[in-house]
Amino acid sequence: MNRTRLTYALVLLALAALPLIMPPYPVRVMGTVLAFGLVAVSADLLTGLTGLPTLAQVAYFGVGAYTAGLVSNHLTTNLFAQLLIGTAVAAAVAATTGAVAVRTSGIVFLMVTLAIAEMIHRFFDSWSVVGASDGLIVGPPTLYPGGEPLLLAGLLYWWALFVFLVGFGVAVTVARSPLGRSMRAVRESPTRLEAIGQHTYVVKLVSFVIAGALAGAAGTAMMALKSFFTPGHMGFGLAALALLAVVLGGAGTLWGPALGAAVVILVRDWAAPTYFVGGAELILGAVFVGAVFALPHGLAGIRPTRRKHRPSPLTEVTT
Amino acid sequence: MQWLDANYLNMIDGFAYAGLLFLIAVGLSLVFGTMDVLNLAHGAVALIGAYIGAAMLGGGAGAAAPSGLQFGAAVLAAAAVGLLGGVVLAMLTNGVDDHLRQALLTLGIALIASDLISRSFGADERSVAAPRGLDKSVDIFGEAYPAYRLFALGASVLIGIVIYLVLEHTQIGAVIRAAVADRAMVEAIGHRSTLLLGGVFAVGASLAAVGGALAGPVLGAQSGLDNTILLWALVVVVIGGLGSIRGAVLGAVLIGQVLTLGVSTLEEQASYLMFGAMALVLLFKPAGLLPARYGAAGGH
Repeated sequence: MNRTRLTYALVLLALAALPLIMPPYPVRVMGTVLAFGLVAVSADLLTGLTGLPTLAQVAYFGVGAYTAGLVSNHLTTNLFAQLLIGTAVAAAVAATTGAVAVRTSGIVFLMVTLAIAEMIHRFFDSWSVVGASDGLIVGPPTLYPGGEPLLLAGLLYWWALFVFLVGFGVAVTVARSPLGRSMRAVRESPTRLEAIGQHTYVVKLVSFVIAGALAGAAGTAMMALKSFFTPGHMGFGLAALALLAVVLGGAGTLWGPALGAAVVILVRDWAAPTYFVGGAELILGAVFVGAVFALPHGLAGIRPTRRKHRPSPLTEVTT
Repeated sequence: MQWLDANYLNMIDGFAYAGLLFLIAVGLSLVFGTMDVLNLAHGAVALIGAYIGAAMLGGGAGAAAPSGLQFGAAVLAAAAVGLLGGVVLAMLTNGVDDHLRQALLTLGIALIASDLISRSFGADERSVAAPRGLDKSVDIFGEAYPAYRLFALGASVLIGIVIYLVLEHTQIGAVIRAAVADRAMVEAIGHRSTLLLGGVFAVGASLAAVGGALAGPVLGAQSGLDNTILLWALVVVVIGGLGSIRGAVLGAVLIGQVLTLGVSTLEEQASYLMFGAMALVLLFKPAGLLPARYGAAGGH
C-alpha cells in the first residue's frame, strides 16, 4: 500500500516537474499524452470496467474540443469556463447517443459506437461554423478574468495535467464506488445484476455519460494545448487507437490504459518523427502485435511483485 | 419514371459496387462466423489486392490497357497472396480468443501492412487500368456506362454462386456451416477445426484480395483506402448478420446503393445514411437482417 502511494507520488512529481527540465516540444507532446490518456481512461471505464468495448470516445473528445473552441471564440477565453461547458456538452451528447447505444452490448455495441463516432465526425467535417474540414482555430486561453493569455508550452501543459488529474480522480472514484461495482457486475453477469434489483440499462447509461464527460474534458484540454482542432483529430484511426491503448495498457485498470495511451502518442508524435520519420504506423503496429503475445494482461500486467497468487489485473482496479 | 430515368445508371453502379463489396465482406463474415475472430486486417488484405493490380497492370492517363490474360494473371496473383496472408493471419490469431486482443493484433497487422504498402508504392493514388476490350463504355438505354463495371458485377455474381454452391451442396460446406453453428460439436465429431478454420480464413482473405484487385479499376489504389474498405465491409456484414452469406449479399446490395444512388441523390447526407442505417438495424435486429440460420454467430 505504502509502496503504491510512493509510486503515485513519484509519478505525479515527475509529471509536474516536466516543463522545468524539458524543452518545449517534448512538453507539448506530453500534453497530448495527458489529453489522449484521459480519453483512454474514459474508454476503459466502458471497455474494461463495464465490459462495453467502445469506439465513440473520440467523438465526445471532439465535441468537448469544438465546444471549448466555440466558447473561446464567442464567449470567453477562460479555461475553467471552457472545461465546464465543454464537459457538460459532451456529457449531454453522450447521454442522447448513449441512451440508444447502451441497449446493446458486445460486438453490436462496438459497431453502434462506431456508427455514432462516424456520424459525429462527419457532422463536424461538414459544419461550416467550426471550419468544416479545415478545422477551428482559437486564440490563447486565459486562466482567470483579466489574466494574461497563456502562451508558454509549460503553462498549457500544467493545465492539461490538471484536467487529467481531475478526470483520472473522477474515474478512480467511480471505479471504487458502489456504481463501479455495478459496472463490473454488468460486465460479469447482467442477469444477476437485474436479479438483485438493479437496472443494467441505467448502470450502462450512467457509465456511458461519465465516460463521455471525461472524454469531453480531455477535448477541452486538447483545444487549450493546440489552439487548433480538425475533424482529422477525431477520425476512425484515432478511435481505434483509443481502444487499442486500453487493451495495450490492460483493460479495467484505468492507469494501464493511460500508460498505453502514452506509448501510442509517444511513438506517434515523438519517437517516430525523431528516429524513424514516417514509420509511426510500422512501430505502432509492431508494438501492438508484440503486446498481444508478450503481455497477456497489457502493460498493467507487468508487475515486479513476488506474491505467488495475485488477482488478475483484469478484474479489479488496483489501489 | 422520370426519377428512374435520371437514376438508373446510379442504381446499376450500385449493383456493381455491391458485387465488389460482397466479395470483400463475405470473408470477414465467414471468418467471424466460424472462428469468432473479427479480422480488422481485412481491409488491408483487400488493399494489397488492389496494389497487386496496380503493380502488374499499371494505369493512369496514356498507359496501354493490359490484355485480358494479364488482368487474369493479376487477379490470380492477388488470390494467391490473399491466400497466403489468410494462412498467416489464421496462425497468428489462433489461440487469441479475446475479441479485444484480436482487435489489437489484427489492427496492428493492418497498420504494419498499410505502412509497408505506402513505403513501396508511395502515398499517391494509383489508378488501375481495366483490361483491353472492357476499357470502353457500353450503351445502356441510351446512356454510356463503363463496360468494366458490368464485368466486375458479373464476376462477383459468378464467384458468389460458386461460394453458395460450395457451402450449401458439398461436404466441406456442410462442415463449415456446422462450425458457424457450433464449433465444439464439429470438433467432437472428429474434424480438425484448426485445419478447417485456417482454410476458411485463407479463402476469405483470398476473396478479399480478389475483390480488391477487381475493384482496382473502379476505386483505384490509395493509402487510407484500407480503412475505408474495412469500414464498408464491417457495415455490410453487420447489417446482414455476422456469419451469414445471405446477409452479406443483402448488406452489400444496400450499402452499394447507399454509396452510389445515395451519394448522387442525397449528397452530403449519404455518409450519415450508411452509419445511420447500420445503427438502426442493430438497434432493432441486433443479429442483423438475415442472421446465419443455425448460427450462434455474434451471440458470444
